[in-house]
Amino acid sequence: MGHIVIENLRKEYSNRRHFSRSPGSNPAEYREIIRVLDDINLEFEDGEMVSILGPSGCGKSTLLRIIAGFDKATSGSIRIDQKEVKGPSPNHIFVFQHSALLPWMTVRQNVGLGLRNIEDKARMEEKIKEYIEMVELGGFEHHYPYQLSGGMQRRAELARAIAANPDVLFMDEPFTGLDFLTHMRSREETVNVHEYIGKTILFVTHDIDDALIMGDRIVVLGGKPSRVKMERTLHFPRPRDFEKYPELGKLRSEVFLMLGVPYAV
Amino acid sequence: MKSTLDSKNLPILLPVLAFSLVLMIWELMVRVGCWSTDVFPEPLRVIISMGELISDGTLFKHVISSLFRVTIGFYLAIALGIPLGMLLGRREIVKHLFNPVIQFLRPISPLAWIPLSMLWFGIGDKPAVFLIFLSSFFPLVVSTTAAVISINPVFFQVAANFNFNRLEVITKIIIPAILPSIFTALRISLGIAWLVVVAAEMIAVKSGLGYLILDSRNALRMDYVIDGMIVIGAIGLFIDFFMKRLGRIDSVFWASATR
Ligand SMILES: Nc1ncnc2c1ncn2[C@@H]1O[C@H](COP(=O)(O)OP(=O)(O)OP(=O)(O)O)[C@@H](O)[C@H]1O
Ligand SMILES: [Mg+2]
Repeated sequence: MGHIVIENLRKEYSNRRHFSRSPGSNPAEYREIIRVLDDINLEFEDGEMVSILGPSGCGKSTLLRIIAGFDKATSGSIRIDQKEVKGPSPNHIFVFQHSALLPWMTVRQNVGLGLRNIEDKARMEEKIKEYIEMVELGGFEHHYPYQLSGGMQRRAELARAIAANPDVLFMDEPFTGLDFLTHMRSREETVNVHEYIGKTILFVTHDIDDALIMGDRIVVLGGKPSRVKMERTLHFPRPRDFEKYPELGKLRSEVFLMLGVPYAV
Repeated sequence: MKSTLDSKNLPILLPVLAFSLVLMIWELMVRVGCWSTDVFPEPLRVIISMGELISDGTLFKHVISSLFRVTIGFYLAIALGIPLGMLLGRREIVKHLFNPVIQFLRPISPLAWIPLSMLWFGIGDKPAVFLIFLSSFFPLVVSTTAAVISINPVFFQVAANFNFNRLEVITKIIIPAILPSIFTALRISLGIAWLVVVAAEMIAVKSGLGYLILDSRNALRMDYVIDGMIVIGAIGLFIDFFMKRLGRIDSVFWASATR
């Protein structure tokens, strides 16, 4: 289960102004309201992999955090499986933009976080092992996060998220900071994991190719305040590449243009 | 032939050198100075009387008394100070409520509390324990608060995401996250407690290293006074060494590695 409906979502931040105040003005006027997201209406099917694209600072992380319940919308509604989102839940696991493994716990303990309520300890250990092996971290169970490379940390965090068996997985730029090859491999792994578990995955990215290669659907945000500028379902079977599907290549140029780069290279 | 001055021996060799230098200066001061050796005894005499104090068991008794008081006072400070620090770090309202009072009381030297502590607790272990408690309580509260405030908020979001209950937030997030800085704070405040115990024992008690020093001075036994000082220094050194070792255990190792 992981059917998400977003209706008329709006998000405003109020920032305190720092420039000089005119005498006698109302203190309320010192606050400046910044509207980040406006008029967002989206619906994601259960099991869909959705890529969210947009220029830096357009509110992608904000949108993801609101859907995951870490932040409140100013107005509008978000329902996951007909239930209004009120706060974080183990059914909706967030993979953070910067590594959020608990540094004082080993890989095994971190992955075990979402499994800690299993009564049968032997079964729990078995499950932990299964998920660690799924992301190819076998042998690193007793390593602390600082003993892992950046890519391995991401995989451990992915394993921890999946182990909790959530209905929805949120990933905020899961591949930033990885070298090119690790990036490509992680992309593939994420697609495989998605195919294997079949859960709804919402992921935010800067990388247009990531979005087009991985997503069942892409959502492009943009403008001030940000709205949905483009929403497309991608029916291309995987593995995808731009030569095999010229239409995908055309879409790529279109998205590049939309994000302000006229000549896609 | 291997030189004794290779870098492996240096950390032992150099301090030994410095200590011998101090001994030599001491001996020299006694010889050229115009004090009588009763007032300022030479190293050899101090070592001999140290032997006396050890063999008749007085030194052992005093050391145990002092360590006992420090332990009780210190444990009390930990038991109250660290939970209070956590509360201050997590609850904005509690912090606004108590922080000014704590910041006000903190700079008052524990020694300034001597009259009141004697009034409240009378004679015996209690006032001394109270002073030791005071001396480590405030540093522990303040550093625990600071440590809790500096915990990366992402970890609390992870806790919320994985549905941690309140106890789990404390045992799986807060305590492990602050442990590295708490070890440093414990080391420093235990050092302060050890400083204060001597002063505390100069009042109201009839045992402990502070009492040994005061009593020996009254009996004009300066050699015992110096023995007391040496033992205090040695134990202080040992405590610090021990606390440093504790800070290196596995569960806090991640901090030095990620820093
Ligand atoms: N707590 C906050 N208070 C005020 N403004 C905020 C706050 N958090 C975010 N913003 C503003 O909201 C906008 C969107 O931020 P957000 O982090 O969602 O962007 P993003 O699309 O994820 O950017 P990036 O791609 O760089 O991660 C930014 O302009 C930012 O200044
Ligand atoms: Mg972001």
